[in-house]
Amino acid sequence: MNRINQKLQENKKLLSIYFTAGFPKINDTVSIIENLEKSGVDFIEIGLPFSDPLADGPTIQASSTQALDNGMTSEVLFNQLKDIRKTVSIPLIIMGYFNPMMQYGIENFCKKCAEIGIDGLIIPDLPVDVYNDHYKTIFEKYGLINVFLITPQTSLERILFIDQISEGFIYMVSSASVTGSQNAFGKSQDDYFKRIADLNLKSPQIIGFGISNAETFKQATKYAKGAIIGSAFVKYLDENGTANINKFVNGIRD
Amino acid sequence: MSYFVDKKGYYGEFGGAFIPEMLYPNVKELEDNYLKIMQEPSFQKEFQELLKEYVGRPTPLYFAKRLSEKYQTKIYLKREDLCHTGAHKINNTIGQILVAKKLGKTRVIAETGAGQHGVATATVCALMGIECVVYMGEIDIARQAPNVARMKMLGAKVVPALSGSRTLKDATNEAIRDWINNPVNTHYIIGSVVGPHPYPDMVARFQSVISEEIKKQLLEKEQTENPDYVIACVGGGSNAAGAFYHYLDEEKVNLIAVEAAGLGIHSGESAATSILGKEGVIHGSKTLLMQSEDGQITEPYSISAGLDYPGIGPLHAHLYRSKRAEFISITDAEAMKAGLELCELEGIIPAIESAHALAVFNMKKFEESDVVVLNLSGRGDKDLDTYVKYFKL
Repeated sequence: MNRINQKLQENKKLLSIYFTAGFPKINDTVSIIENLEKSGVDFIEIGLPFSDPLADGPTIQASSTQALDNGMTSEVLFNQLKDIRKTVSIPLIIMGYFNPMMQYGIENFCKKCAEIGIDGLIIPDLPVDVYNDHYKTIFEKYGLINVFLITPQTSLERILFIDQISEGFIYMVSSASVTGSQNAFGKSQDDYFKRIADLNLKSPQIIGFGISNAETFKQATKYAKGAIIGSAFVKYLDENGTANINKFVNGIRD
Repeated sequence: MSYFVDKKGYYGEFGGAFIPEMLYPNVKELEDNYLKIMQEPSFQKEFQELLKEYVGRPTPLYFAKRLSEKYQTKIYLKREDLCHTGAHKINNTIGQILVAKKLGKTRVIAETGAGQHGVATATVCALMGIECVVYMGEIDIARQAPNVARMKMLGAKVVPALSGSRTLKDATNEAIRDWINNPVNTHYIIGSVVGPHPYPDMVARFQSVISEEIKKQLLEKEQTENPDYVIACVGGGSNAAGAFYHYLDEEKVNLIAVEAAGLGIHSGESAATSILGKEGVIHGSKTLLMQSEDGQITEPYSISAGLDYPGIGPLHAHLYRSKRAEFISITDAEAMKAGLELCELEGIIPAIESAHALAVFNMKKFEESDVVVLNLSGRGDKDLDTYVKYFKL
């Protein structure tokens, strides 16, 4: 069984952390991952930086620009991660935009992921139908889970369809926004979280976008299986470097 | 072979809608409705009336006598430079603002590079009393000050794009992010035949009035609807899409798309996307785009702010790949010379974008009997600064 599915069976609320590979320094990747696992994070999203990250707010954009300036590429990332499974056992997901993966070659990219021990991919600008028509068989061949997103605007019909084809969890975008643009959740989000929970979907939901601290983590996981923190952690790295990552994580879990 | 969009939103292997799920409802709403709306008699009536009374259409198809004499061929200029706001861009913004109204949208956003599309959008928003926000790269804001002032006078809010290279592609990213943040009340007026389906098709249809008029006008002047050549410049490619549209299936009509070579195709400072680009995904569309080995989108260069887009519309990628259109690259120097030549021979100051198309006459020999239609997409008022500096006038 894929590590993601194993993790989803654990009887606890899951905390996932996103960081941009190559930021703040090009060679921080492995130590960030190891420290996040030691701090008790349940799974990790490794951001593959892109020059034009459409779904991201200013924090992750800036970290991506910095990471690219530092020299991060798909090839560099794969080299950094080649021995990661000797020290890290929690699920690892690569989150990135479609174009860099397309240039690497989707099959090559998936093959590399499988060799390293990556468990899944999140590709915000790869539409569900294109994935189904062209790439699903490749992902399956290499045992990779492709994670799909839903938003407050997603129709019920489409939510049910996405639930059907999801093999791990559904990435639930908390509100109509790019990453990193919320401070707290209001009633409309709470209603949305509950509305989705009440559907009793087969796929667990993990909420992302706008989760930055203990309070928003708690709100998000009131109904959902877990939550993802991205921009807040990237900002923490920017201000504090890679020391004391456990302090950030402990602050979320109280 | 079809040169029109298929049911899934593709031109051959190019196009589609590579959008994050956050944009799915917005784009789907547009996709489900744009053709229906455009076919409504009430829409057509208002659209045609505005094109005539407000934009000033039909624009003349002008026989350029002295230019023709010089190049020993028959040259007609389609005078899009005479449209209200000074370029073809307004054909599309008039159409899209009416679509936005039919969809019940109360707020409009747009991206702009040189500011022509921003001005055309601000204009139609003022006309309709709709809130307008234009995203423009911080660097472009500095170098296109007159157009920024025009947009402000027209009541638009101009927001600087501070990310990435702070030019057109980043302004487009910011507009897309705005749309993600405002999915219900906002319509995004994309300015070219780029972006996710249905934008390339919708924009091409609105611009297709150009070739529709050329056909009628040429029939009067030359007793045939079809010229031997149609020439147009391509940044994203909206004026070319409009000028080519009704000729796509007329295989005897040669189509010439002119790209900006900047300082030279292999100088590292170029915008010749078809030659330098590889297949990839930009702004929701699979097309040819300039990028690094690793798939990072690179910043193009051209003296013309309207041609320095790192991609081309998927229609044009298809025309290139299928060889339906011939693609020619023109350097800054060649374009500037051709621009000045049109001033001197015909008394018309062309936009530097259109000057790239004009430079083809120095690159390619036409027969004396050939009828060549060149789409003069915009006027050069906005480029005076550049002309003055370049020629030390």
